[in-house]
Amino acid sequence: MIAQILFIALSTVAGYFFIKNLGKIRRNILLGRDIDLSDNKALRWKTMLKVAFGQTKMAARPIPFILHFIVYAGFILINIEVLEILIDGIFGTHRALSFLGGIYDAAIGFFEILAFGVLVACIFFLSRRYILKLARFQSPELKGFANQDAATILFVEIILMAALLKMNAADQILQSRGADHYHLAGSFPISSWLVVPIFEGLNLSDSMLILIEKAAWWFHIIGIFLFMNYLPFSKHFHVILAFPNTYYSNLKAKGELNNMASVTQEVKLMLDPSATAPEGYQAPTSFGVKDVTDLTWKNLMDAYSCTECGRCTSSCPQNQTGKLLSPRKIMMDTRDRLEEVGKNIDANSGTFVADNKTLHSYISEEELWACNTCNACVEACPININPMEIIVEMRRYKVMEESAAPASINSMFSNMENNQAPWQFSPMDRANWTQELNS
Amino acid sequence: MSEFRVRTMADMMAAGEQADILFWVGCAGSFDERAQKITKAVAKILHAANLKFAILGSEEACTGDPAKRAGNEFLFQMLAMQNIATLQAYEVKKIVTACPHCFNTLKNEYPELGGNFEVLHHTTLINQLLQSGKISIEGGAFKGQRITYHDSCYLGRANDIYEAPREIIEKLDAALVEMKRSKANGLCCGAGGAQMFKEAENGKKEVNIERADDMLEANPAVVAAACPFCMTMLRDGVKHHNQEQAIEVKDIAELVASAMEL
Repeated sequence: MIAQILFIALSTVAGYFFIKNLGKIRRNILLGRDIDLSDNKALRWKTMLKVAFGQTKMAARPIPFILHFIVYAGFILINIEVLEILIDGIFGTHRALSFLGGIYDAAIGFFEILAFGVLVACIFFLSRRYILKLARFQSPELKGFANQDAATILFVEIILMAALLKMNAADQILQSRGADHYHLAGSFPISSWLVVPIFEGLNLSDSMLILIEKAAWWFHIIGIFLFMNYLPFSKHFHVILAFPNTYYSNLKAKGELNNMASVTQEVKLMLDPSATAPEGYQAPTSFGVKDVTDLTWKNLMDAYSCTECGRCTSSCPQNQTGKLLSPRKIMMDTRDRLEEVGKNIDANSGTFVADNKTLHSYISEEELWACNTCNACVEACPININPMEIIVEMRRYKVMEESAAPASINSMFSNMENNQAPWQFSPMDRANWTQELNS
Repeated sequence: MSEFRVRTMADMMAAGEQADILFWVGCAGSFDERAQKITKAVAKILHAANLKFAILGSEEACTGDPAKRAGNEFLFQMLAMQNIATLQAYEVKKIVTACPHCFNTLKNEYPELGGNFEVLHHTTLINQLLQSGKISIEGGAFKGQRITYHDSCYLGRANDIYEAPREIIEKLDAALVEMKRSKANGLCCGAGGAQMFKEAENGKKEVNIERADDMLEANPAVVAAACPFCMTMLRDGVKHHNQEQAIEVKDIAELVASAMEL
């Protein structure tokens, strides 16, 4: 009874903080500019099913695709078992769903195989990161918290899965001994050979096994509660946001940049002196992105969805040739700055107080001006994040608000203004190439 | 081949005629000496296909692409609106261009500003002309030659055009070989995003040299390009490796024109 009360209290606290932090992230995302992505629902669902559920874009790199798919399937399916843990915890039952019989046994057996798969995959992941030292996990932006975050996630997943297998091993020995409360339920294709022999070798008593079973059960569920509450602070939050983020994918051609409506009106007024501004028209106060709140909520959702895998950075032509630009860093900086703005708002009872910083304090001109707008990063992202859009929007601020473009870009602009070409040629010479054909 | 004159929209209008298709030449195609050869190849192919085409000549202005990518939306929209007004004045319905950047801007970014045209990249149009038999490739100038195709970012990833250029190369009877990075994984030449007009940032290497390494690895006789900016970057990359005797960089239009003996 005490255990049940303790369990209910724990799950309530865990749920409360999780939902509270979800709310904070939602609030932060909605600090972004509005953008209407409510169109084309059918295609959006299809994109989400394909890209997030089906993980089609992960397949471009087969080894991590397979490893990740195991962990992903494990995450989704083992959560069904967590449902049973919740029921058992609240009602003090043992394996409450075992009345399902054969289906239950098969499911528990399958979950064991998955849990083992997750454990092995995480060991592979750790070794890719810290032993093989894959290039994309060595970038400077991963120093510090990002690296620690990655290790934490993998380590926690390993110990959670180990706890599950230990729990099952103790359970099945108790079942076979006919211990009170431990009726026959489930099948254990992994723990029966991986863990059971160890326990049997140790010649453990019933009470010791019960202790192990209970301890592993509590460890597993408390671990899940803690991990759940770690998510909002971690890159691992992608397990939730990957789905809405792909739903709100850009459905247009990747080459299309948005036309700034605020500029369109201004240009119309400029080109046609007789034109009048529409009723109530207010000239825009600023152009481009100065801080995270000038980005769209989709850009901000992108930032919270990013799991820092670095496929964008490893496909970026500028990063591959040793330049400072790293699309992953663009996303990490956006999230860091947004978190900072959110904390500022929380600390100042709901209003942002200027802190002499902007997104430009995080992302340098050297990074912004290196981008080829080649869309390699956008193509590479397994969950359709768009770092390029942020770069272009920040360039817009640099150029239109600060006139701070590299000198050669400024002379390109003036050529385009004066000669309608990026080079200094006379428009009258445009058709000179025809002379040879026409002669 | 019969002599022909490349006419402007203004010429045609004065003669009371209407062109079937506008050939949008682009700044590189107009002024860059190497790109002018591509422009001429396209004009010859359009003529050989009996298409009634015209250019804008001095009335063409930059589409605004490099300004937009560099963050100068004012300049972009000013040029765009000026071009849209010109195109509408000539009642242009269909446009072909040999520049993927012009193609992308005209096709994707002009409609919202009021410019709705059917826009084709020259590789798509040439492929259509070959398929419909309006033009045909004689002889086997490229028979068995190793040709690799460099995907332009603004055709490939930006607009999902991967097959038309490859189908043309196959029709040349050439041996199409892929670089290790191609199609959606293709590596940029280094020119896009207004990089063409500025020095690169500090790093280990220039992007076009990195791409030239891919080209050398594929060991082709010809590198086929479909963009005048890629052309410049790839040629510089080949020169950097002193391979200009072994590897030719040619636009798809030049390959077709040469196979057609135009």
